[in-house]
Order: sequence, then C-alpha cells, then structure tokens
Amino acid sequence: MIPRHLLIGVAIMLAVALGMGVFAWRMRGRATQTEPAAAYTQPVAPPVSGPTEQVTLYVAYDDPGILRAQPAHIPLPAGRQERAQELLRALVGLYVDKLSSPHPLAPGAEIRDVYLVDPGLAVIDANAAFADGHRSGILIEELTVASLVQTLSVNIPGITRVKILVDGKARDTLAGHADLSDFYDVSTVNQLVLQLQSSQ
Amino acid sequence: MRWSKTPSRSLRVLALPGPRMGLWTSFGLVVLLSTLLIVAAPTGEKRISIYSSAANYTLPVIERNGQDYVALFEALEPLGTVSTNAQGPRWKLRYNDVDSEFTAGKRRCRIRGRDWDLPANFLLDNGRGLVPLASLSVLMPRFLGGPVMFHETSRRLFVGNVAVHFTAQVSKGTPPMLVMDFTSPVNPRIATEPGKLLMVFSHEPLVPPGSQILTFDSKIIPSASYQEDNGTAEITVTASVPLFASFSNDGRTITIAPAPSPTTQASIQPPAQLPLGTPTVSPPGTGTTAGPNGSISFFVVVDASHGGDERGAALSDQLAEKDVTLAFARRLRQELQNRGLTTLVIRDGDTTLSPDQRAGMANSAHPRIYICVHAASQGHGVRLYSALLPAGGDNHGPFLDWQTAQSSFLATSQAAVLSLAAELQKGHVPVRTLTAPLRPLNNLTTAAVAVEIAPPAGSASDLNNADYQQAAASAVAAGVLAVRDKLEAGR
Repeated sequence: MIPRHLLIGVAIMLAVALGMGVFAWRMRGRATQTEPAAAYTQPVAPPVSGPTEQVTLYVAYDDPGILRAQPAHIPLPAGRQERAQELLRALVGLYVDKLSSPHPLAPGAEIRDVYLVDPGLAVIDANAAFADGHRSGILIEELTVASLVQTLSVNIPGITRVKILVDGKARDTLAGHADLSDFYDVSTVNQLVLQLQSSQ
Repeated sequence: MRWSKTPSRSLRVLALPGPRMGLWTSFGLVVLLSTLLIVAAPTGEKRISIYSSAANYTLPVIERNGQDYVALFEALEPLGTVSTNAQGPRWKLRYNDVDSEFTAGKRRCRIRGRDWDLPANFLLDNGRGLVPLASLSVLMPRFLGGPVMFHETSRRLFVGNVAVHFTAQVSKGTPPMLVMDFTSPVNPRIATEPGKLLMVFSHEPLVPPGSQILTFDSKIIPSASYQEDNGTAEITVTASVPLFASFSNDGRTITIAPAPSPTTQASIQPPAQLPLGTPTVSPPGTGTTAGPNGSISFFVVVDASHGGDERGAALSDQLAEKDVTLAFARRLRQELQNRGLTTLVIRDGDTTLSPDQRAGMANSAHPRIYICVHAASQGHGVRLYSALLPAGGDNHGPFLDWQTAQSSFLATSQAAVLSLAAELQKGHVPVRTLTAPLRPLNNLTTAAVAVEIAPPAGSASDLNNADYQQAAASAVAAGVLAVRDKLEAGR
C-alpha cells in the first residue's frame, strides 16, 4: 500500500504543475496580443542637445545645378571631430528629406563617421546607401562631393585634404563619375565651388 | 618583430671615432644597403594560369628542392567544393565526390581508389599540400573527370573546351589596318614602344594560331608573333610606324592602325591597363611629333565613356548612358573628319574599358586632344569639363605622377573648353563650363575635355534626338578646329 504522505506530495506537485501550465498558457496569449515593435530602418538621428551655433552649409540645388552657401543653426558638441560629424549629418539630413530636398539622396543615406587626422586630413565615411543609391552623372555627383568637402572645410578650420570612403572602404567613384579614389585638395574644391555657385 | 626605443644606437656607436671614420662607415653602409637591396629585389614571380568555364585564375608557383610546385587545394578550389584533412604525413583531399590521399615525402598517391606516381615527392607546407607542377596534367583530369590541356613550359592549363582562337589579317586600305578577330571577348594589357605594339593576355585562354609568326603583305605592319610565358599569352605586332589599338564588336575585335602622328623620340609608354597604385606616364614633350615633311600632324581621340558591363547612368527605363555616349562619339568622329581632323574612337563597340586603359591608350597615341563623352538626364544642354586634379603626388624626374599627369596640360585643356563652349553658344546649344573630378581626365598627357550632354529640354529620351546630337557634335567639332593652333602650341 502507498504511504499517505507520498500520495499527498504527488497530489501537491500535480496541482503546482497544472497551475504553472495554466499560468504559462495565459502569458503566451498575452504576449501574442502585444504588437511587435516596428522594424527600425531609419538612421539614428544625431543627438540634439546643447546650444545651437550658426554654421554655413553648402547646399546643392539640382534644378539650376548650383551650390548655395546658406546659414543654419544646429546644436554642435564641443569636440572637433564630433562637430564635423554633426555638421555633415545636418547637411545630409537636408538631402534625405523627402518633402523639401533640393538634391535628393537615397533613403537611408547617412554619414557614418568623420575622422580628423592631423595634419589637415579629414576622412568622411558614408554608408552604402549613400553611394549605392546615388544618382549617376558628372554634375550631380560633383555637387554632392563639393557640398560635403566645402561644408566641412569652411566650418572646421585647418582641413586641407579630404578623403571619402563608403562603408569604411575606398571606392573608385561615387556613382560612376566623381572620383573617390584619391584625396580632395580643399583649395582646389574651393575653386570648383566658385564655379558651382553660378549656373553659367 | 619588436621595435626598440633606441634603434639608432648602433649607428651612433659606429659614428663615434670621428669624421673620417664616419665617412668610411657611411660608405660601408651605402655598400651594405645597396647589396641588400639588390639581393632583396623582387624577381619575377612564377605563376600558373588556369582557364575553365567556371573561372580563370592565376596561382603562384612555389619552388622546393629545385622543383616547381603548386598548392593543390588552391588549384581545385575555384572549380568545385574542396575539403582537406591532414593526419601526420598523410593528407586527404576531397573534391566534390572524389577522394584522394597523399603522403608527405612520397611520390605515390591515390585518387578515386587508384594509385598514381607523381614526378617528385608530395610536400606538406604548413598544412598546404604541394604537388609538382608537372603532375597537374595527370592529376587534374582524375579530379575533374574531363580533358585538360597543359602548356607546361608557359604554365597555362586549359580545363575543357575553353580556348579562345583568333585570326589576323591586314586590310588593304590606306592606311593599312591589322584586324584581329577573337572567338570570345578579350581585354589585354596593351603597351607600345617604337616599332612594336604588345598585347598581354593574362585572363584569356588564348591559344596559338597555326604558326607562331604571322606575316602580312604590308610594309607598314609586316608581322606579328605569338608567344606564351609565365601564365600569359602575348601577341607582338611589329610595324614601321607607331601603332594604335581600338576595340569593337563587344571586345571580340581589336583593330590596330598606324597612329597618325609618328613619334620622333623613343619613349616607353604606360600599358593600357595599369594598377591603381602609382603608375607612371611618359614625360611631357615625348609626344612632340612631326610628319615626314616636318609638318606637325594633328589628330583627336574621342572616347565613348562606360560600355560593356558598365552601363553608366540609367537615363530612362530603356536608355543607358553607354549607348548615348557611343552614338554621340560616332557622330562626333564624323563631324571631326568632315573638317579634315583625323579621329580615333577608343571604344567603338560595347566593350568594358577601365579609366586606366583609356588613359593608357590615349597617351600612347599622342593625340592633340582627348574628348570623352558622357550623358546625363539632369539639367539641359551641354556641360564641358576640364580636370579637377586631386591632391597630387610628386613627379620623379622624367616620370609624372599618374593622378596629376594632366597638370602640365590643364591650361590647354581649359582653352579647348572655352573654344568648344563658344561654338556651342553660336549653335544655340545651352552650355556650361566646369571642372570635375572625373577620371581619366587627370591621367592624360594632352589636352583633355569631357563633354556631358543633357537633354535639350524635357525628358531624357530627347537625348537620342538625332538633330540635337548632330548640332552638339557639329559645334564641338568646330570648337576643336577653332582651337587647333593653341592645341599644337600646347604640346
């Protein structure tokens, strides 16, 4: 004959197991009712904090095919390299704006990093969407390059050469035309910007 | 390697006894360094090329005990699924479903359950199985289960029926042209030197014609020869005048014609296909040319940008940039020739050419002006560009920095841009002049201009409008003619 205390123990364990099963079943139902978080596909917005500063952005306008210097107020961190990154992110933010972009870039285009390497070298690292989705053409590509280089060099003193990478790697061209294989000389780009500020 | 914080200590000790000893020490160091440089100078690396329908590839040949060896895993890996397993001296390799076993230091091996003898011992080198090069003609058919042709002397191995054949004949026109037709598209490196044009086929399974020396009934292009060496095939065309090569028929035809301006100075030209490192170009001035009667000859190179695998911009759903550039380049050639200007088109078919190849071909031919043609759907009219030079390297003596080779010719290029712009304005074609970071403009040792044609107005499909293209081509040709004197003076 089975001892009484063993029967009671087994009964209690079965009750606990049954209770835990019911609890797990209810939790599962509650989890499936909760809406899944939407997949986040947009680039992370730059941290907006601190006082804003006036900077000059060199903005490309496709319609007349020119570059315009326009003032903007954006929050900038203290570090030189961080300032460079926020500057270019603000510039690219104008271009990826679907409603009012004067020089549309592909959705998801962003500047991953900017590295300031002394003496005078800046390395801009754009993401793959920036280059892979860029429209192809000599003028359209050089507007992008000149816009990035000039905005950086005018607002961050001391930059004399700029190299553009895509996803951390060197690339031959932006979209089949503008050469990315070499370093851009800031003084040469200044001359180009003067040409691009007039549509003639 | 661990670096010491005082690496110059030995040098300082050597320099202590005084200036005279220092002189001898310096001399000794120079001799020692020179000897080390000579000993350490890289010699031509031995290679084997393997051609198959799956892939064409090149492997290094390794010398061991006076014998040439090749890594078996690397030889088979591009052709199928390969795995290896080393247990002591025994090394097993499985290629797809074929098992094999080799033993380090032994000639005997087993493939598909059958024993074979190698011409030299099998070697294990840090886990890599090395087989004698000469054994590939035996081993590869056993693994691949099909025929293999091995040119052992030149180290070229053909898997299956992949050979590319060619014919060559000289047309009887004036000037005579050597037309070489290949059974598949080819993309050789091209180099010229006085009296010769050399084509090196590194990636193409080119096989020799019936005779390795081809003779032609032409005094200008009397012969061509075929030879193979170190994993490559080479065709050397001999001629009494400088030659120029152009591609057509989707890369299946190479036409070699006398360059219109014979060089008076011997100069080594850069190969048409150059690595992206720091290649060099011939110095300015080597292209100073004179015709037989002493008059300066003049010709134009027109380059239809993009082509082949590289479509360029998608101008519309059906219109690719490469097609518009080719059509416009042909139209421009006709307009230039109508004005008595000899014109060579670099890409006269749907061929893939790199910017280095284009620059090499143009520099070799020494034209007075290079015009590359682009097309865009944005904006309207024609945009003219001269080179925006990158932050440059230094020139070394007679060798120019490849990336800034255009710098000496930039003023002439800009004069040409202005002349072309003036003619386009006369023809009521909207025009804009700019500089651009556009290769190969910066690599050219002559006046170089890029022409980007955009639609006259409205949609991109108007780019194919014959009247519009004709008006633009006519104005560009007139602009070249108008600036001819400056271009000749600019050399």
